[in-house]
Formats: sequence, C-alpha cells, structure tokens
Amino acid sequence: MRDLAVQGAQMLLVLVLAPLLLGFTRKVKARMLRRRGPPVLQPYRDLLRLIRKEAVIADNASWLFRSGPYMIFAATWVAAALVPTFATGLTFSWAADLIAITALLGSARFFLALVGMDVGTSFGGIGSSREMMFASLAEPAMIMIVFTVALVAGSTQLSSIAHYTLTNASLRVSLGLALVALIIVAIAENARIPVDNPATHLELTMVHEAMVLEYSGRHLAMIELAAAVKLLVYVSLIACIFFPWGLAPPNGDLAAYATGAAAYLVKLFVGGFLLVLFETSIAKMRVFRVPDFLGIALMLGLLGTLLLFVSRSF
Amino acid sequence: MPVAMALTGVAVLLGAGLLGIALQRLPGASRLVYLICFVACLAILGVACAELLAGTLPAPAMRLPVGLPWIGAHYRMDALSAFFLVVVNLGGAGASLFAIGYGQHEKAPGRVLPFYPAFLGGMNLVVLADDAFAFLVAWEFMSLSSWALVMAHHTDPENRRAGYIYIVMASFGTLTLLLAFGLLAGSGGGYAFSEIRSAPAALPGVVLILVLIGTGSKAGLVPLHVWLPLAHPAAPSHVSALMSGVMTKVAVYGFVRVVFDLLGPATWWWSILVIGLAGITCVLGVLSALMQHDLKRLLAYHTVENIGIIFIGLGLALAFSAHGMQAPAALALTAALLHVFNHCLFKSLLFFGAGAVLNATGERDMEHLGGLIHNMPLTAFAFLTGCTAISALPPLNGFVSEWLTFQAILLSPALPSWGLKIIVPAVGAMLALSAALAAACFVKAFGVTFLGRPRTPVAADAHETDRASIAAMFAFALLCLLAGILPGLFIDGLAPVTQALVGARMPAQTALPWLSIVPIAESRSSYNGLLVFAFIAFSTLLTVEIIHRFASRAVRRGPAWDCGFPDPSPATQYTADSFAQPIRRVFGAVVFRASERVDMPPPGDARPAHLSVIVRDLVWEAFYAPIASLVAGSAERLNRLQFLTIRQYLSLVFVALVSLLLVVSIWS
Amino acid sequence: MNGAWFDIAHMLAGGLVLLSLMLLYQDRMFALLNVFALHAVLLSASVAWQAQIQGAPHLYITALIALALKAVVIPVALRRIVVRLGIHRTIETVVGIGPTMLAGMGLVALSMVVMLKATAQADPLAREDLAFALSVVLLGLLMMVTRRNAVSQVIGFMSLENGLILAATGAKGMPLVVEISIAFSVLIAFIVIGVFLFRIRERFDSVDVSALDAFRGERR
Repeated sequence: MRDLAVQGAQMLLVLVLAPLLLGFTRKVKARMLRRRGPPVLQPYRDLLRLIRKEAVIADNASWLFRSGPYMIFAATWVAAALVPTFATGLTFSWAADLIAITALLGSARFFLALVGMDVGTSFGGIGSSREMMFASLAEPAMIMIVFTVALVAGSTQLSSIAHYTLTNASLRVSLGLALVALIIVAIAENARIPVDNPATHLELTMVHEAMVLEYSGRHLAMIELAAAVKLLVYVSLIACIFFPWGLAPPNGDLAAYATGAAAYLVKLFVGGFLLVLFETSIAKMRVFRVPDFLGIALMLGLLGTLLLFVSRSF
Repeated sequence: MPVAMALTGVAVLLGAGLLGIALQRLPGASRLVYLICFVACLAILGVACAELLAGTLPAPAMRLPVGLPWIGAHYRMDALSAFFLVVVNLGGAGASLFAIGYGQHEKAPGRVLPFYPAFLGGMNLVVLADDAFAFLVAWEFMSLSSWALVMAHHTDPENRRAGYIYIVMASFGTLTLLLAFGLLAGSGGGYAFSEIRSAPAALPGVVLILVLIGTGSKAGLVPLHVWLPLAHPAAPSHVSALMSGVMTKVAVYGFVRVVFDLLGPATWWWSILVIGLAGITCVLGVLSALMQHDLKRLLAYHTVENIGIIFIGLGLALAFSAHGMQAPAALALTAALLHVFNHCLFKSLLFFGAGAVLNATGERDMEHLGGLIHNMPLTAFAFLTGCTAISALPPLNGFVSEWLTFQAILLSPALPSWGLKIIVPAVGAMLALSAALAAACFVKAFGVTFLGRPRTPVAADAHETDRASIAAMFAFALLCLLAGILPGLFIDGLAPVTQALVGARMPAQTALPWLSIVPIAESRSSYNGLLVFAFIAFSTLLTVEIIHRFASRAVRRGPAWDCGFPDPSPATQYTADSFAQPIRRVFGAVVFRASERVDMPPPGDARPAHLSVIVRDLVWEAFYAPIASLVAGSAERLNRLQFLTIRQYLSLVFVALVSLLLVVSIWS
Repeated sequence: MNGAWFDIAHMLAGGLVLLSLMLLYQDRMFALLNVFALHAVLLSASVAWQAQIQGAPHLYITALIALALKAVVIPVALRRIVVRLGIHRTIETVVGIGPTMLAGMGLVALSMVVMLKATAQADPLAREDLAFALSVVLLGLLMMVTRRNAVSQVIGFMSLENGLILAATGAKGMPLVVEISIAFSVLIAFIVIGVFLFRIRERFDSVDVSALDAFRGERR
C-alpha cells in the first residue's frame, strides 16, 4: 500500500518538477550569457497558456496528428514513473527494466517522428529523418550502456542497480565510460547543444523543433511537457545509476523519503547546472558531425563492456 | 491420431489445388478455394495448438506407403513440429482470409489458384516429415510451388529475373540439404529421423555448415539472401506474406530440426559461425531495407533482418548448450522461437497492408503514394500496429522477443570461451543498432506511404480495401497486441519445445503475479507488457480527459504553417529517398559505397539540375558476380560438347564408364 | 593486493586505451598533439602508480622521463614543426573515421582475448596491464597505417612506444638501463623523423607520404 503511494507520489513529482528543471536550466543559461533570462517558473506559465488556447490544425492533418501528442506524453510519463527518483521500491518498477524504459522512450520518439511527417511539409520531414538518424546511433549506445551497467550489477532492474552501486561503490573504468556515454546520449536525446538547439528556429539547423512545427495549443503543450519530462528522465537515470546516494529504501520511514526527495532535488539542480555549463562552453555541430559525436558514445559503451572482462570481477 | 488429422488437412489443401485447376474460369472460384484453405489451415492450427498445450506430444509416427518403396514416408508430430505447424497454419489462415477479398482482383487466377494451396500443403508436409526423404520431397515441393507463384505475373521481365534467381538459389539450397542428410544418414542409409538421431553423425561440423547454407539460403541469411528481396515482392501480396512470414520460418524449422535434434551434441565454434553471420544479416538487412522505396521490397529486405535476429537467438542457444548451460540455452531458444511466431504475425500483417495499398492504388512505389491515412483509415491503423510491433516498441510483441534475446545476451559472460564472451556483446550492439534502424525504416515506410499529402492522383483517389482483407489485418493486429501484453502464455506454450531440444525450460510464467515475465529471477530482470500497456492507456486517457475537461477542446482548421512558406505542391514533401539520406550518408558510404553526384547546370542554362545516387550491392559484386561469370565462362566452353560426332559421344560414355569402374576397383 | 589500488591502476591503463582511440578519432593536427600529450601524462601517471604499488622506485624515473620527453618536449617540438612547415591543419585519412574506430574496437577485443588466454596464470594486474598495452600498441600501428600525414604517423609511432612502456612496467623487473635506453632511442628516432620531415617538405612541398610513393614510382 505504501509502495503504491510512493508510486503515485513519484508520478506527480516528475510531472511537477519537469518544467521546473527546464526553467532552471534556461535561467542559469541566461545568467551565464549575462542575460537576465525568464523567471524560473516561466515554463509553467507557458504550458498553462498553451493548454487554454484553441488548437489550430492544418487542413490535411489526420487523427494520428491529433492523438500523437497524448501518446508521446503518456509513453514518456510512464518511462519517468519507472525510474526511481527519490525512493526505490516503486510498485511498478518491476513492470519494466532499463531496456524496456529505453524502448518506451523509443516508442515516444517513433510517434513524434511520425506526426512530424503527417502534415506533409518539408520541415516536418527534415526533422523526422534527422531525428531517426540520431536515434539509430543513440539507441544502440544506450543499449551498450545498459549492457555495461547490467553486467556489473548483474541486473537490468533499476532498483537492483541502485542497490548495487550503493553497496559496492568502487572505481570502475567501465562505469566511468558508461557514465560519459550516457551523458552524450542524454544530450543528443534531449536535443541540446551541440546536437540540436532547443531555442532555435533557424530552419536548416533544427531537428526537434522542425517536427513539432505544425503544433499549437494543447497539443504543443503536451509535446513540450513530454520534452521536459524526458530531460528529467535522463537526469534521473544518471542519478539513479551512478549517484544513488540518498535514495530512500523500500518501506522506509517518512524521514527517509524526505531525505530522498531533498537529495533528488539537489541532484536535479546539479545535473541541470552541469548541463548548462557544458552547453555554454561548446558550439553547435553540423548535422553530419553528430554521428561522430554519437559514435563516441557507442564506442565508449562497447569499450566499457569489453573492459569489464579484464577487471577483477570476471 | 493428430498426425492423421494434420495429414487429412494437407490432403484437403492439395485437393483445393486440384479444384483450383478445375474451376479457374468460374467467377466464384477464387473465393471458394481460399475459403477451403482458410478452413483447412484453421483445422490444422486447432489440432497443433491442442496437442502443444495438452502436452501429450510426441504423437506416434505414421508411415504412408508412398515414395521409395523400401522406406515409405514417415510423418510425426512432436512439440517442435507442433509449434511450427501453429506458425505455418496461423500465417496460412490469415493469408487465406486476406485472399478471400484480395484474390478477387487477381487478373490471372489460373496462375495462382492451383499453386497456393499446394504451397501451403508443402510447408505443412516439411514440418510433419519424419524421414529425410519425405523432408526433402516436401521441401522441394514447397520451393517449386512458391516459384510458380513468384512467376504468376511473369509478363514483367523483372519478375522473370526474380524467378530465375530464386529457382537457382532454391535448387542450390536443396542440394546442400541433400548432402547434409547424406552425411547424417551415413553409409548405412538410415534415412528415418529416429535412426539418424540414434546414430552419431559423421563430420558434424560439415553437416552444420551444409545445413546452414541449405536452410540459410531459404531463410535469407547474408550472403545467401539475394533472391529474397527479388522473389518475395514479385508474388501476389498474400503469397508474399506467406513467403516472408511463413516460408522463411519453415527454413528456420529445418535448421532447428537438424542442428538441435538430429545432429547430437553441439560444439562451441558452431555458435560463433551462426552468431557472426546472424549479426551481419541483421545490420545489412535493415540497412538495405532503408535504401528501398518499393514498399514490398522494403518489407522483404526487412525479413532478412528478422531472420538475423532469430538466428542470433539460435546461435546463443547453441553456444549455451555446447557448454552445458541448459537454462540460458532454453531462454535463448525461447527468444528465437517467440520471434519466429511474432515475425510471422507482423510481417504477414504488413504484407497484407502493402497488398491493400497495391490494390487501392496500383502502386508499390512509395514515392507515388502518400496521405493514404485519410482514404484508408482502417488499413492505416492496422499497418501502423504492424510497424510499431516490428520496430520492437513496447507494449507490442516484437519488443518481447527482442527483450528476451537481450536478456540471453546478458548471460554470455558466464560462457567459458573467450571468443564468445567478446563476440556476443558486439553482436548485441549490432542487434541494438538494427532495432533502432528498424524504427527509422518503419517511420519511413508508414510516414511516406500513409502520412503527408498524396503525391499522385491515384493516391488521392484511393479507396478502403474489402472486408475480408480488413478482417485478416485486424485479427493479426490484435494477435500482435495480445502476444505483446500476455507474453507469458506464449512462453509457457514453448516450454515443451525447449524441454525436448535443450533439456530445460524457462521458469513457468503464467503463475507469476500480474502476468509479468521473468527470464531468470525477478531481481535480475522482469517485464510486464500488460501493465505497461495499461499504464500507457490509463495515462493517455487521463491526460485527454483532464485537458478536455478543464482546459480547451476547441479546434480550428487552417492551412499548414510550414514556417511561413507553405508550398501547395506535394512534390516539396520529404520523399522516401530523402528520408533515408542522412542514414545513407552515415552508414551507406561504408556498407554500400553509396555516393551522390550533383549535376548543377551553370547559370543561364535551362536544363534541370540532377542528383543521382549510386548504391552498390557489395554482396552481389563480391560473391555472385564472380560465380555467375565463372558459370557463364565454363558453359561457353562446354558448349562445344553439343557439336560432337556420334563416335565421340560414344567414346565419352565409354571413358566415363571405365573410369568409374576404376574408381570402384581401387576404392574397396 | 588492495582493491582500490588495483582499481586505480586499472583506471589509468584503461584510460590509456581510451586515449589511443581518441587519437584515432582526432581530425585536427593541434588537437591530435594535445591528446598525445595527455596520453603521455596518463602514461607517466600510470607508471608512477605502478612504482608506488610495486615498491619499485626506479619506475619513478621512467615516469619522469615519459612526462618530460613525451608530454612536453615532443608535443612542443612537433607543434613548432607544424607551424614552421605550414602543414595542412586537418588530417587526411586513408580510411574514414568510422571504419577506423570499428577496426580499433576490434583490435582492442582481439588483444584482450589473446592476452587473457595467453597469461591465464599470471598475476591479474600484470595480466590486464599486458592486455591494455597490447591494445595501445596495436592502435598505434593502426594509426600509422591509416594516416597519410607524416606528423600523425609520428604520433602513431610514439603512442605505440607508450604501449611498450606500459607493458614493460606491468611486467615487473625491467631494468632501468633498458628503459632509459628505450627512452633515448625514441628521442633519437624522433630527431631523425624530424629531420626527415624537413627534408620531405623541402623536396615535395608536402608531408603527405604518398608523395614518396609517387617518387619511388609506386602506384597506390
């Protein structure tokens, strides 16, 4: 029963915190560029405004165009609900392991790429085709990261992995490589600089924005919220796999949950800050440099798996 | 008893073929023949399902007095053949149901109707056969009847070429199988499977290679896949579905039957061979699929990829069982067989969809389609389900089998051989790469065909297909969903098969709470498709409800925004080729030596600019072109034999006879 | 042996392999030199760590030599050569980056299998050091094979030599004299190559070694 409550709390928490993380990164980025930047709570206001507006839809949009945003959001939200953020022992955490979470995010991307092609404009096509090209490298990289982590921890379940990291903290080359690879994948998947620029509307450089160009109103709000949740998922994944300290154990008391939540907030803000620091110190890449960048992640993941065999546990 | 019932079903099918010859001129003939096929397949399916679930297998063998007089033909149904009977007849029933509607539009029913039931019957006989002779005869029967179906539309020269390459490859495959069974039977000539099983095989490694070539050429393993993307799309769509969804599985059956059942204990290097080839097959198959803009050919190339996934599972099972690790072997084998079942479902579904599109527009080329979701909403929905399933996305069925394969790969560090330890994760990376590329491939297939704006008038005037076809597509879509959310049932159904082949089974899944699946232990990994599906459905509905109730539900239609530059011409949309361009640039430069040449006229010149893309098939150039030129060259030289005198012919015969006698006298 | 000590040795050696792969990945001359300097720094750290855990003080000298020569002198000198000769700043490759990286991964896997098989009974630290060292050597060779530019070939050679040092320190009991002589022979090799570079440049206006093939009448 308590697990169920924790699960519910987690679902609400990710939903509430996702725009906050986005607002925080935007604010910090603006401050780093010596701008004042929008208020931290601006993403909430944007979302509220968007869902109240009427949706303008292209004449030839199909049912897929209208239902797509909800499916994309739901798949991302479910993925977020399965990653332990402040407590392990979620009721549904055994419903899907790390591979399934990756695949759920893949489902969201599949539908996002499809709705990008629905209206039949050239920008939608360019966005979808490039997104799938990035995904074709980011997904295997992610799977190799999963391999590395799962071979170290002996499990693909996030709760077990977090438990393993907590009890067997040690320096492992493979885990280091996996961490770097996961960061690269996270940057690419969330359309951040240097892979994509979330703030751009320069036609030939945008990827994510090109796919959602035809959306407005509540549909756009759903997609924006899904993007925010996705960023949160990746930060939570990194926190859960590599820095699980502070996670409340299953059936913990209230103090443990409070500590877990506080630790999670700290992790989020540190993660957001580091992301912004990285983004401001690097320039956006040409589209056809991105495969090289993602290739590094794939290579690191593979190398991590290989190096496991010469380390001491095997 | 079940064998007799299944054989009766096959006899009904063969009878339907004769009926097809007799009635081909009558208007209702195709409907009648396909209906008979549908019922017969359902009946065999029912028998096989009942036997598989009841656990009474293997059923006693039957000997029919046909074929070689001193052998006869043995037929038997054990768990493995029952499972493959389920796959064959499920695919067959679906294709027949689809064809009840689709077959109406066939211009030359006389070229399809006799061969279609024969093809189905042949596949059933391969699976039921219990001696090498019956197996090979049924195999060749299956090959020839499908060849006749490939040649159904023989007026198209491309189809004739496809048929030619197919018949050459099929004969070659049968030849290697013949040699393999020869080695298995040994000098004693015990061709019944029971005798082969009890006697140790001579040269098991050679047998494995021969069987890998023989069944791999039918299944489409690289580099033996060249005929597949030519022949499968050339046939009528319901036959394409059968060839891709079912016949390749019969080839997998042949491999499993010989290697896991007849050949005896495995050796570890076999698995390296199988896994390596399978990994290459995966990546090359899906990359080739991405380069296509013919919808049916794209699907056919994609079959090659899925065969790779299946063979990865089989190779892993070989590796584990060679080292005596039975539980992981059972996991890997279950993953492979479950993928056999799943691929039969969604590949048939997708070919049905392609057939419906072909029917409605007369086009297979995606560059001439687009926007079909508006006029063909039901087909579009079913096709989308198939696309999602084949891209291995949860909560549908393709994901489950790939997930199980990944779980089997994650057990590979326990293998004692160093080569396998390193190769298996690398193949895992290839599998992940091909899964991601498959998603890209089906975004392309669905997006270009069904979404966007119609590119030609025929696409704009498309109409929804007939009811039987829709029923077949929706039945398979539903099965895809069921197999995705209740995988435990299907895994438990496979338990007798793995028990018989590798001596272990996966833990019972249906007893677990909430119907989740747990390959080894819950702390290690678990997946619950039902819960994920319920979760997604619930949160979608909740979000829609909340937003519609508390925010806005107003909708206004307007012209597309397109960043302020809307273009009325549908030619400005992304095409299939332009969608694949980034991936072609990243992977194609290595795999296909792909290159682009832009011919840009200078200012003032009125001729249009031209972009040409050159994609080369390196497999063809490296393997087949040399063989073809060698054969042509030697044929040229042997041609002289046609112009000899009678005396010279006689002396040839004489020399051959004497040298044979010499060999015999020296040999023994 | 202490677990954490082992872990750190493992990290350092693994880092060397990673940096060797990064050397393959670079497509700009100066970035290549920087990564190479980092490679040498990591090598000297790794050697120093081995000195610490093996209790072999003479290895400190090896570490110092590596740091001074390879992390400072050679990169600086190479940089000056590049500037003075006005060498083209991007690196021409024979094979694309992607296939090279794949080949590199394959070589790493190969060296692990070979070494772990061959040295099944050895001390785990020496064992994995040898596995990593062989990978670094093979990657250095790969780099020399796949690059056209003479400067990057020099870098490949130097990184190969780093691998040899790693192997030497992992296998205990390499006499100091040998190491010092290796270090100096590398320096001399470097000087020879430097002179050689100037001569090629003078004669052919390029350091692309394919110019040499053309001169010898070979066809690529």
